[in-house]
Amino acid sequence: MRDDWQPTTAISALRLRANVLDCLRRFFWARDVLEVETPLLGHACGTDAQLDFFSAQYCAPPIQETLFLQTSPEFAMKRLLAAGSGSIYQICKAFRNGESGRYHNPEFTMLEWYRVGFTLTDLMDEIAELIRTVSAPYRTLEAPQRSSYQDVFVQYTGLDPLVFCVEAYSACAQAKNQPEALNLCGDDHVLWLDYIFSHFIQPFLGVNAVCLVYGYPACQSSLARLNLQNPLVTERVEVFIDGIELGNGYYELSDAQEQKSRFEAEIAERQLKDRPDVVMDERLLAALETGLPECAGVAIGIDRLLMVLSASKNLSEVINFPFDRA
Amino acid sequence: MAVYSTNEFKAGLKIMLDNDPCAIIENEFVKPGKGQAFNRVKIRNLKTDRVIERTFKSGESLEGADVVDVEMQYLYNDGDFRHFMMPDTFEQYQCDQKLVGDASKWLKDQDMCTVTLWNDAPLSVTPINFVELAIVETDPGVRGDTSGGGGKPAKLETGAVVRVPLFVQQGEVIKVDTRTGEYISRVKD
Repeated sequence: MRDDWQPTTAISALRLRANVLDCLRRFFWARDVLEVETPLLGHACGTDAQLDFFSAQYCAPPIQETLFLQTSPEFAMKRLLAAGSGSIYQICKAFRNGESGRYHNPEFTMLEWYRVGFTLTDLMDEIAELIRTVSAPYRTLEAPQRSSYQDVFVQYTGLDPLVFCVEAYSACAQAKNQPEALNLCGDDHVLWLDYIFSHFIQPFLGVNAVCLVYGYPACQSSLARLNLQNPLVTERVEVFIDGIELGNGYYELSDAQEQKSRFEAEIAERQLKDRPDVVMDERLLAALETGLPECAGVAIGIDRLLMVLSASKNLSEVINFPFDRA
Repeated sequence: MAVYSTNEFKAGLKIMLDNDPCAIIENEFVKPGKGQAFNRVKIRNLKTDRVIERTFKSGESLEGADVVDVEMQYLYNDGDFRHFMMPDTFEQYQCDQKLVGDASKWLKDQDMCTVTLWNDAPLSVTPINFVELAIVETDPGVRGDTSGGGGKPAKLETGAVVRVPLFVQQGEVIKVDTRTGEYISRVKD
């Protein structure tokens, strides 16, 4: 008899998940943030050139339509915000095609929340508080850390992420015994930043603590606002614990024109990279034209959070039926 | 030869890297939520046995390496080469002493072993996990000692030297773990 019918998780991992979800809901209830649901299956999808989606066929002859499984609930939630929902959160599944590994499962659980009237700093406070609250029964984390992207970059590599110098970047990779980086990244600044950050910086961020990195280079962020003082960086934050990326947040872009031009740039990039065609979310653009309230929002990967809370080495320890058993 | 994408990399897969045959040990998918996906791969060079780490852009591909492990019988040593034979086809392979390396000290005529072939030429030799070899030289044991307690060196018929308990005598056959080089037990006739 085959034994892959069994979950890859211990029963204790099921309880951990149930308790954490309960704790998250209490956290938002106490702060008067409304729980919402939005479609997982939609007519449009994110345009991010780094994300691949799953598509599905709607079939009611003679009607045939291609629908998309959402890579995040962001667009639908912003439509609710534009309609006047006030602060909202959602715990839902998200789908990303082709992503599978120790820290990736193509179907995963996401917590996404938006706070009307919050700045990025307010949001960072709340992220730190939320993680402190949910982790308290399982782990005692040290005080949260905050650094700008530029500061951590300089700290770990001595390089300036905002000024691209292929010789300096390549010398850094060479010194860290990864000469292949030059071949791989060439003269692509964004690719170099991804390479250096994910190989030489991220693994060391947030040792037994929440580490919030803000002020990402503008070339890397499609939905965040530019910083008013320094337009080279954006109002974007990433959350790390034990070197694991847990989430990403923005002070949200609300300018419909700006959003449209970023969509178009991303669609052009997708075509350049030979990625599947996407349908731009015209309903989101219409909502932004009507007016998105000033807000900040963030998405946290719940499965990775559970990994961190249970000191697991692999998502399969917290997802009962990961991809290869689903 | 087939071509393999990083998405297909898994432990044990044999691929060509920098013109050398290599085996994948570990493949880690590294992807920032809003960034390029990479695969950080741990690879063993099957010629040098050295382990390196290399990063690829996800979706990149490498040519497969025609590397197979074959059970063969060790025949003899002619001074320059060691000779092996496929037990079913009687096909013979000769293998440079350098490639046999450390395995040679466990190879006894007629014993089975694993020969790794690359493009049908021997690449390396791995002895079986447990071999039984006779002791050709060791100090006489101390009377009354029946346990391990310290032990003494013993030279085996293949030239290997292992530590054995004091009570084990010259001429006896012992069982040795070739992965650790440790004495396991005496072999009774």
